[in-house]
Amino acid sequence: MSFLTVLYACIFYAATAMLVGGLVVKINRYARTPAPLKIPTTPAPTTTGGVVFRMAREVALFESLFKSNKWIWLFGWLFHVSLLLVVLRHLRYFTEPVWFWVVWAQPFGMYAGFAMVAGLGGLWARRFLVDRVRYISTPSDHLMLMLLIGIGLSGLGMSFVAHTDIVAVKEFFLGLMVFDLKPLPADPVLLVHLSLVALLMVIFPISKLLHAPGIFFSPTRNQTDDSRERRHIAPWATKFDAGSGSKSE
Amino acid sequence: MAAPQFEVPKLTGYIEVPAVKEGASAHIKSFPANAGIQEIIGFPAGAEPGELVDGWHDKAIAKMGDLLGRYRSLQVFMDACVHCGACTDKCHYFLGTGDPKNMPVARQELMRSVYRRHFTFAGKYFPSLVGAKDLTKEVIEDWYKYYYQCSECRRCSVFCPYGIDTAEVTMAGREILDTVGYGQKYTNEIMGKLHKIGNNLGLPGPALQDTLEGLEEDMLDATGVAVKLPLDVEGVEVLLVTPSADFFAEPHVESLMGYGKVFHAAGISWTLSSKASEAGNFGMFIGSYENTRRAAMRIREAALELGVKRIVVGECGHAWRVAYSFWNTLIGVGAGGADPFSIELQKQLDPRYPAPQHICEFTNDLIKQGKLKFDKSLNDHRVVTFHDSCNVARGSRMGDIPGGQFIIPREVIKAVVNNYHDMAEETIGESTFCCGGGGGLLTDDLLELRVKGALPRMEALNNVVQEKKVNFLALICAICKAQFNKVVPFYGFDMSMVGGVHQLVSTAILLEKEEE
Repeated sequence: MSFLTVLYACIFYAATAMLVGGLVVKINRYARTPAPLKIPTTPAPTTTGGVVFRMAREVALFESLFKSNKWIWLFGWLFHVSLLLVVLRHLRYFTEPVWFWVVWAQPFGMYAGFAMVAGLGGLWARRFLVDRVRYISTPSDHLMLMLLIGIGLSGLGMSFVAHTDIVAVKEFFLGLMVFDLKPLPADPVLLVHLSLVALLMVIFPISKLLHAPGIFFSPTRNQTDDSRERRHIAPWATKFDAGSGSKSE
Repeated sequence: MAAPQFEVPKLTGYIEVPAVKEGASAHIKSFPANAGIQEIIGFPAGAEPGELVDGWHDKAIAKMGDLLGRYRSLQVFMDACVHCGACTDKCHYFLGTGDPKNMPVARQELMRSVYRRHFTFAGKYFPSLVGAKDLTKEVIEDWYKYYYQCSECRRCSVFCPYGIDTAEVTMAGREILDTVGYGQKYTNEIMGKLHKIGNNLGLPGPALQDTLEGLEEDMLDATGVAVKLPLDVEGVEVLLVTPSADFFAEPHVESLMGYGKVFHAAGISWTLSSKASEAGNFGMFIGSYENTRRAAMRIREAALELGVKRIVVGECGHAWRVAYSFWNTLIGVGAGGADPFSIELQKQLDPRYPAPQHICEFTNDLIKQGKLKFDKSLNDHRVVTFHDSCNVARGSRMGDIPGGQFIIPREVIKAVVNNYHDMAEETIGESTFCCGGGGGLLTDDLLELRVKGALPRMEALNNVVQEKKVNFLALICAICKAQFNKVVPFYGFDMSMVGGVHQLVSTAILLEKEEE
């Protein structure tokens, strides 16, 4: 077994562990931290079903962003939807036989790579062209876009310019999932692509990419507007209801 | 009006997004609180106003950790922002000043940079990469300035793809500042008056009684009908809790008389309370759960003592947010609580009515039932528009359906006036602009900010003044009323165009004379 194969196997085991472990820690914290007051941004749904629908619109269509700014919405939505298609397409490298709907997604996923890079390019351009966005951009904001564009371009390179031995790559990942190492092709574009993906996995739980799990825990979006009908109280606040805390003076 | 010491923005007909001007409002800073003020509301103070207590750095970080553990909003909002820029042109203070630290994301970033440094892996080991900063005196100074240049109006939260609400960050920032002795004089002094005397103005019971009697005489003279403004009457149907400005300030008092006439015409017994003589609750402005709760407890106690069946809240924006959204949590005014604390009050309140109820809901219900008679032509000298108050619009509701807070006040207005026009759609409803004086900023030491922050609303108002001949700006908030009364003259409008929704009701309502 080549050093390269072992190295990348280790990288992906470590990256997966950090991604999963990091997200578990963060999601656990979000879930356990109470929201002591009712703070939905109103008008808000008055039922749980309504909240699910609001959240679905927010996650699938970026409703609030659409209200805010059509350019950010266009580039941001284009990027995220394309990324979704690209990720679904990539499931073919982790499943055997390939699920039928992944086969269907294949042609869309191929070209979605271009749309993904285009969306990222638009978002990056705003960081230079709009003075307000330039002011708030940190080095990590630029690096994050570079990283994603790097993943996109290296992937497109393998799809449309210099094909890699994709059968061997699939063997490698199928083996990785059952702890049976298979040789990884020493193709430089592939290695760049995989390294960047591993890096993305590692920084996911320690960066602004936490917006992905975060939105589901955002009280302004996930609370029902029923404060007059139901009493909502945090565990740490119940102690006030008894004893001297229940007096105004 | 004395000549302003700053440049008043010119109205252009459009709400323009200004170019970024760093430090444009860095000179605007409200007066800090002294030790006496801080103490009354349970916070420490340094030797001089604005001086930090010993060990401030560690105490501030510890408080931030405490709040991160108690408020999911703060924890999620600190992590989730991607700097997309969606909020950057949404704050009225940014639109009015151009200071980039008044962009919601940058205001949050004042705290987020410290959060990253002390509470995240990336910020501990790669601070410059992710914009993490140590908590220094300069950072604290920026916090104080810019967390008191936010009116907690939540407009940014409408437009954020993750619902990040800068008001939550501002409240946390102010609470941390209070914890290290850096409170704001205006808000904290009022908070203390509310705790000690029962209202923001520090108006004691006997003075309140005198004032109300004077107003009763005025109404008798004007209408020939003995409309009462009862105080501390036990066993009546309704307790009305209203902002104390309604008792003496213009134009607020006009709405108070309007409420009185509605109760009179409907024949519903009611009372004001000297103990609960304030609907406003500045505890929310400083993010202090304990102070918000303690202030609200007066209403619970007054309701229990007076034995009322219903609680109605007068025209006040943030007060309605606290009442509608927080009273059930804080003091058990509402339904659904199964604990002894809640049940004690629920047993007394009439379950056929929502608790609490907004005065506009109350009046609108009576209008719908045909219990009130109006002569709309009495308001024909007025061409009216309505300003949605930020806290009502984005932090509460009226009626049974989402958005009822936009429908019900307009239904009340349209029932009593013939000439009504809305302002531009993108400046009302959930997108409404703050008046510029909310959230603890209604103080003269922030006048420049208040005038500049009112710019987007003034643009929208000016357009309906020019195009529709609007001459009356109808409001349902004591802060909006005081703020606009003060700032509309800077933009060339007459302050008499500012008034309450129940002022319009008061003008048009027909009262039956006793002898008839």
